[in-house]
Amino acid sequence: MSSSSNLTTMKKAVQQLRFEASINRVKVSQAAVDLQQFCLQNALQDPLLTGVSSSTNPFRPQKVCSFL
Amino acid sequence: PTDQTSIALFLCHPLHWPSLPAQRKYMRSPPIPEMATQEVQLNETLAHLKTESETLKTKLEEERAKLHDVELHQVAEKVEALGQFVMKTRRTLKGHGNKVLCMDWCKDKRRIVSSSQDGKVIVWDAFTTNKEHAVTMPCTWVMACAYAPSGCAVACGGLDNKCSVYPLSLDKNENLAAKKKSVAMHTNYLSACSFTNSDMQILTSSGDGTCALWDVESGQLLQSFHGHAADVLCLDLAPSETGNTFVSGGCDKKANVWDMRSGQCIQSFETHESDINSVRYYPSGDAFASGSDDATCRLYDLRADREVAIYSKESIIFGVSSVDFSLSGRLLFGGYNDYTINVWDVLKGTRVSILFGHENRVSTLRVSPDGTAFCTGSWDHTLRIWA
Repeated sequence: MSSSSNLTTMKKAVQQLRFEASINRVKVSQAAVDLQQFCLQNALQDPLLTGVSSSTNPFRPQKVCSFL
Repeated sequence: PTDQTSIALFLCHPLHWPSLPAQRKYMRSPPIPEMATQEVQLNETLAHLKTESETLKTKLEEERAKLHDVELHQVAEKVEALGQFVMKTRRTLKGHGNKVLCMDWCKDKRRIVSSSQDGKVIVWDAFTTNKEHAVTMPCTWVMACAYAPSGCAVACGGLDNKCSVYPLSLDKNENLAAKKKSVAMHTNYLSACSFTNSDMQILTSSGDGTCALWDVESGQLLQSFHGHAADVLCLDLAPSETGNTFVSGGCDKKANVWDMRSGQCIQSFETHESDINSVRYYPSGDAFASGSDDATCRLYDLRADREVAIYSKESIIFGVSSVDFSLSGRLLFGGYNDYTINVWDVLKGTRVSILFGHENRVSTLRVSPDGTAFCTGSWDHTLRIWA
């Protein structure tokens, strides 16, 4: 029954492509600006980026006391 | 039915065409004249669909190309360059007897679960490097593990084709294996698993080419996701604010974005030249990164519906096994098969640091929930915490 199952598969593939072709897209320039803005807005809250000092990063060399 | 497609489907339904193969075989002069016509219609419809498929693919490429007015790194030219990074191994977790394949952080930012080829799943306190729990799985190659959002359970699986959940007991002597709950069942190896935003549901990906969403309590399959043409190797859930979607990557070189409720593939990206081993959402949820055996990491923007950056160097020829972003999304960490970690400036596309330490492939990499460190697991049997 290869012809009809090929047909079903093909029909699904075409439906998927129709769906994907119809989505709304923005220009890369706009998308890029948004990505950049997010990075810059959150930069200060990013410990690996700003290199948080030993006293606040539990993994850095300072001996850590934890009260359980 | 009137249009060709509907006629074709009508004819395909078992009720209407129960013995097609036999009739085809013996048909020289068709007993009923309409049968030959209907088969010709079937083939014509198939041909029409093929043409439409090609047309749509071309249209998709054209639409995507139209909006490609600039490169991400061009937009980011004016952004201040990053300085030198000092990141070192701060802790080494030793205890696995074989290759570490996967790890995940607990929301408490200090506990870690890791799984290994030796069949063991270990829960560690990353601050003290103490092992808190250990479970031996009935299979080797435990390729996937995940921490539950509550911190009270872990999920894992691999060559057993299942994903099992182990509640973590406060009693260190208790045998965790006794409370094991089998949740997911695939027909090939489990490659990745992740709890959704609660302990109640798990998302899995498998070598059987599918992803699936499961109810933990009942083990019921809630939704399955079909579309990859080969093994699915990785998945990542969108940040909760972005809604119910997730991304998966596979051996078919595709990264697919899925609607969790409907099971539909919403977007698909195929620009990698080899298996995609790792996918991770950008913290805003508007993009995701991928790491591949083609030795590149790439960034795909979901609203532009295309690849917007490639992170590669001629000198980097080994595959990327695992990627993750720093909290702001500015840094992309990649674990590579050449034992190194490369740190990329996401906006500018340049490498800002290369980290050495592991003595074999880096197989897994995750940034901690509060972004203060990241953890890597390696085929050298160890895990390392970097900060």
